[in-house]
Amino acid sequence: MSDIGFVRTEMLPEQDPPASEVGIIGWMRHNLFDGWFNSALTLLSIYFVYKVLAALVPWILSPTWDAGSLAECREVLGALGREGHYAGACWGVINERWIQLIFGFYPAELYWRPIAAFVLLGVALAPVLFSDKVPSKLLIFTILYPFIFPWLLWGGTIWGPISVVLGFVVGWLVYSAVDKAVSNLALVYSAVDKAVSNLVGIIAGAVAALIWWLILSGYFVGAMDSIAAIGIEPVESRKFGGFMLSITIGVVAIACSLPLGIVLALGRQSDLMIVKYLSVGFIEFIRGVPLITLLFVASTLLNIFMPPGTDFDIILRVLIMVTLFASAYMAEVIRGGLAALPRGQYEGADSLGLNYWQSQRLIIMPQALKISIPGIVSTFIGVFKDTTLVSIIGLLDPLGLSNAIRADANWNGIVWELYGFIALLFFVFCFSMSRYSMYLERKLHTGHR
Amino acid sequence: MTTLTDPPKEQFRLSMLLYDTRYRSATIQVIALIGFMLLAAWLISNTMQNLEALGKPVEFGFFAEPASYDINQRLIEYTSRDTHLRAAFVGLLNTLVVAFLGCVTATILGVIIGVARLSHNWIVARIMTVYVEMFRNVPVLLWIVFIMAILIETLPAPRAFRGETPEASMMLGDSVAMTNRGVYIPEPLFSNSLGDVHLFGASSLRFDVSLDLMAILLVLGIGIWVSNWIKHRADRIQEQTGDRPVTWWQRTAVIVVPMAILLYLLGFHLGYPELKGFNFKGGTHLRNSLIALWLALSLYTAAFIAEIVRAGILAISKGQTEAAAALGLRPRKIMRLVILPQALRVIIPPLISNYLNLTKNSSLAIAVGYMDITGTLGGITMNQTGRELECVLLLMLVYLSISLIISAIMNWYNESVKLKER
Amino acid sequence: MKKSVILGAATVAGLAAGAAAAGTMDDVKARGKLNCGVTTGLVGFAAPDANGEWKGFDVAVCRAVAAAVLGDANAVEFVPTTGKTRFTALASGEVDMLARNTTWTFSRDVDLKFEFVGINYYDGQGFMVPKSLGVSSAKELDGATVCIQTGTTTELNLADFFRSNNISYEPVPIETNAEAQQQYLAGACDVYTTDASGLAATRATFENPGDHVLLPEIISKEPLGPLVRHGDNEWGDLVRWTLNALISAEELGITSANIDEMAAGTENPEINRLLGSEGTLGEMLGLDAEWAKRAIKAGGNYGEIFAQNIGEDTPIGLARGLNAQWTDGGLLYSPPFR
Repeated sequence: MSDIGFVRTEMLPEQDPPASEVGIIGWMRHNLFDGWFNSALTLLSIYFVYKVLAALVPWILSPTWDAGSLAECREVLGALGREGHYAGACWGVINERWIQLIFGFYPAELYWRPIAAFVLLGVALAPVLFSDKVPSKLLIFTILYPFIFPWLLWGGTIWGPISVVLGFVVGWLVYSAVDKAVSNLALVYSAVDKAVSNLVGIIAGAVAALIWWLILSGYFVGAMDSIAAIGIEPVESRKFGGFMLSITIGVVAIACSLPLGIVLALGRQSDLMIVKYLSVGFIEFIRGVPLITLLFVASTLLNIFMPPGTDFDIILRVLIMVTLFASAYMAEVIRGGLAALPRGQYEGADSLGLNYWQSQRLIIMPQALKISIPGIVSTFIGVFKDTTLVSIIGLLDPLGLSNAIRADANWNGIVWELYGFIALLFFVFCFSMSRYSMYLERKLHTGHR
Repeated sequence: MTTLTDPPKEQFRLSMLLYDTRYRSATIQVIALIGFMLLAAWLISNTMQNLEALGKPVEFGFFAEPASYDINQRLIEYTSRDTHLRAAFVGLLNTLVVAFLGCVTATILGVIIGVARLSHNWIVARIMTVYVEMFRNVPVLLWIVFIMAILIETLPAPRAFRGETPEASMMLGDSVAMTNRGVYIPEPLFSNSLGDVHLFGASSLRFDVSLDLMAILLVLGIGIWVSNWIKHRADRIQEQTGDRPVTWWQRTAVIVVPMAILLYLLGFHLGYPELKGFNFKGGTHLRNSLIALWLALSLYTAAFIAEIVRAGILAISKGQTEAAAALGLRPRKIMRLVILPQALRVIIPPLISNYLNLTKNSSLAIAVGYMDITGTLGGITMNQTGRELECVLLLMLVYLSISLIISAIMNWYNESVKLKER
Repeated sequence: MKKSVILGAATVAGLAAGAAAAGTMDDVKARGKLNCGVTTGLVGFAAPDANGEWKGFDVAVCRAVAAAVLGDANAVEFVPTTGKTRFTALASGEVDMLARNTTWTFSRDVDLKFEFVGINYYDGQGFMVPKSLGVSSAKELDGATVCIQTGTTTELNLADFFRSNNISYEPVPIETNAEAQQQYLAGACDVYTTDASGLAATRATFENPGDHVLLPEIISKEPLGPLVRHGDNEWGDLVRWTLNALISAEELGITSANIDEMAAGTENPEINRLLGSEGTLGEMLGLDAEWAKRAIKAGGNYGEIFAQNIGEDTPIGLARGLNAQWTDGGLLYSPPFR
């Protein structure tokens, strides 16, 4: 028997994969030219992208940054031998008006105020949005910020916001005092329990705060102003315009709609039938009508609903209606957050003997709000985009301003440059927000596994 | 041993309304209700006082006055002598048209784009990502005016079609004209028309229903029903014998043949648009404003729907795909038979809210001069009569009803496709 | 006046608790600013420049009133309003007066409860068409596509005109002048119709104005003027007579150049009464004697304002036409200052 056998004793040297499977070629074979259908799609797509770029790039690359009017732009382009309607963009209009598109008619020497307001907004939001990277002591600033923000934008005496803060302080003091007094009573009369003292305290605190805001604060501001007139120059809301207006409306609406939304969401989840139906009715009504009709209400009807003689300015009215609008959507987002909490959390809170408000405050809300943040961010993006609708009722947001600019004899006939610029700014803003929201979603997601 | 005694019967005291949890909820509700009614009463009394001062009592009589303005796109007969109510009705139909067209196109586009975003083809997936981000992150109002501007600036004016050597020419064998005033397409005409049925006499809500259309829908409905019946029969035969009879030609025939006969009897032919005077005459005129609004709304909403579709597909576990592949199904069949039916359940609820959003966004028609209900009732009528309260309230009521009807229909559909859990 | 801090933000945002019904003059004085409603932008009549400063023919009326009442032509807040929002803005007291080429009509005056204080521009609705269309009369426009601005009387006039001439048309409603112009130039409509002044102003900004003609038909009367709320006669009087002062000043030859000289006293008693060196006209209005002097100084007399903003030397190039003084064959006819 011949024992001829062939068994390899050592390994073959590793070979490189075929050139068609690695590197750029391999990647292309797998991702672009995988079968005739994909190849056709790829070629079609490349042709499409080429067409779009071929049309856009020469138009965008147009040396008209310094032109002072549309006619000058045409001259500049004509001198280059570029004639015709789409010869090139007329960037002079952006050069001349970009500040206006961003700040509206806000006094030029006070531009630092909106800038500071929005930078500080970032600082105030940091502890909420990046809770893992920022010291939580900054939260105190976050709480104070809602009072600083309007003061920076609208100006006026500093005692205004301070007196509003004092209202909360007064309310809190009265609450704790009454709470304590009633609790002492409870030792005497057994019918009065802890919850009651709490309730009485809250009512007394709220009444005290209201009295302060409605009656006393006026005198307080007047008195303090005559003692030490500290303040910055007031700016009327009519001066607001451009992106500043959009951001202001968006930020104020979201900030104010958060507490309203929480109340509505709790109301909708509540066992109390009337409270529930009122909340559901409100939410569904607001969500069922277009924002533009609510803006019509702001521009034409809100003054009619108020006591005779009241006169808000239009921006405040718009803020009110957009806040109501956002609060209905906010309520749904928070309801989603509440629904996403495991049942055990509610039961756990109950088993600890916490009452309704305690369990909401200590257990439910902190968790529900945290998982609602991505939803809140997308609601904000939605509201921010919807602020362009105010141009329909004559406010000068970026879109409204673009019409006003086109009514300037120099820039009459400009179209794409303005729309493009506005779209670009909106895109940058909304895109970064939505990316952030996705990042957060991922972070929260892993946190729950 | 103690005997069981009833707990002492508590006397009801007024303070228990506040202290006793059994009564407290009722107390809170009553307080909430009273508070709400007070608020409502306050608003109404303010309104009454203010309107009194302005000398404009709430009354709807102006709806019977002649509107005195013209509307370009009218699905029902309307002249400037008709009433404001009829103008509002014309606007309402226009709103419904654009909302319906928008929803259909947005869904189709959205599904295609959502699936394409998951494509293995790198460049296609990237282009779709760019598309979605571009449309999602720019306000829809900007898109509407932008697309309107594109239509106006890039398409030729009707006068470019004139002359010996026109700069522009009609497409598809001289049947479609794309102009910057809109697109003119052939219209269906019937030479042996069955006529119309006039509904609601001479009131402002009167409208005509074409019997031709009704006949076509009826024949189509019967055809589809018969075709379905054939399919079910084939299913039964397959279950009994294991062989499936070839039915596709029968199923096509029962729809196509009666339809062809009906169209022939009605004398169906196409009316082509022709350049006459200032404009194209004949054919159906899809106005610029309609196209811009329709396109912008569907492209914008499609970006959202694409994300929903993508999320819905990704939500189906990979095991499903692998199991389907193990059964030997091809990728496209896996998508159609395994993934999409399951994804649909995840997709439909957010889809409903996107349909609602699209319908509400159609109110931005005002920016391009599309005469929807916001443009007629909330626009010119409100402006010419100065009856803001009545017009805005009615406008809200109309939109609210549309929204509620859409969500009712879609919820019903959602119920019917929901996984039946037993 | 002590304002209570209702919810803080309300106050800082400028919750002005002003009574809308009466005492507009006192409100304006207390506020130190005049709130004047203007268009969101119409070439020559009102538009903000790069510094946010409003300029134009209507704007000048606002400035004159502010100068008369407050002594400062810059003490004006311009509130841009659309065709839709303008009347509510005025009715609700958001603006003190509206100078926004608004047509004086019966129903606006009587039913909507406004008071038109005068006419600062006599206008009429016209048609503009490209010359190449070869149209010479509006009656030849059968089947044409017509661009109109919504929220104005023009759409009603248009419907009436075409109906009474028994010809058909296709209306294209448009929100703003800029968009209407864009559509017209691109050929998306054959005809653009609005007030003849607006047409001329729009045509002036075209690349080739000569390619477009205004048709001879003026199908409506459009007396444009400032308006105030019904029922506040002191304020109405003030705005009315400020406008009249501007018109009279031109008639009497008072210009912003010679006004200081004339204010010192002239032989003409009417000039003296107007400029306050004689009589107590200012006092009767509730102002000081120099009110009219300040109003005229703010932007010049009517003729100067016209020439500066929309006259023949501006790109807009409107002729005076009906808006000439009655002595020159126009319709401007101010009641006497006596």
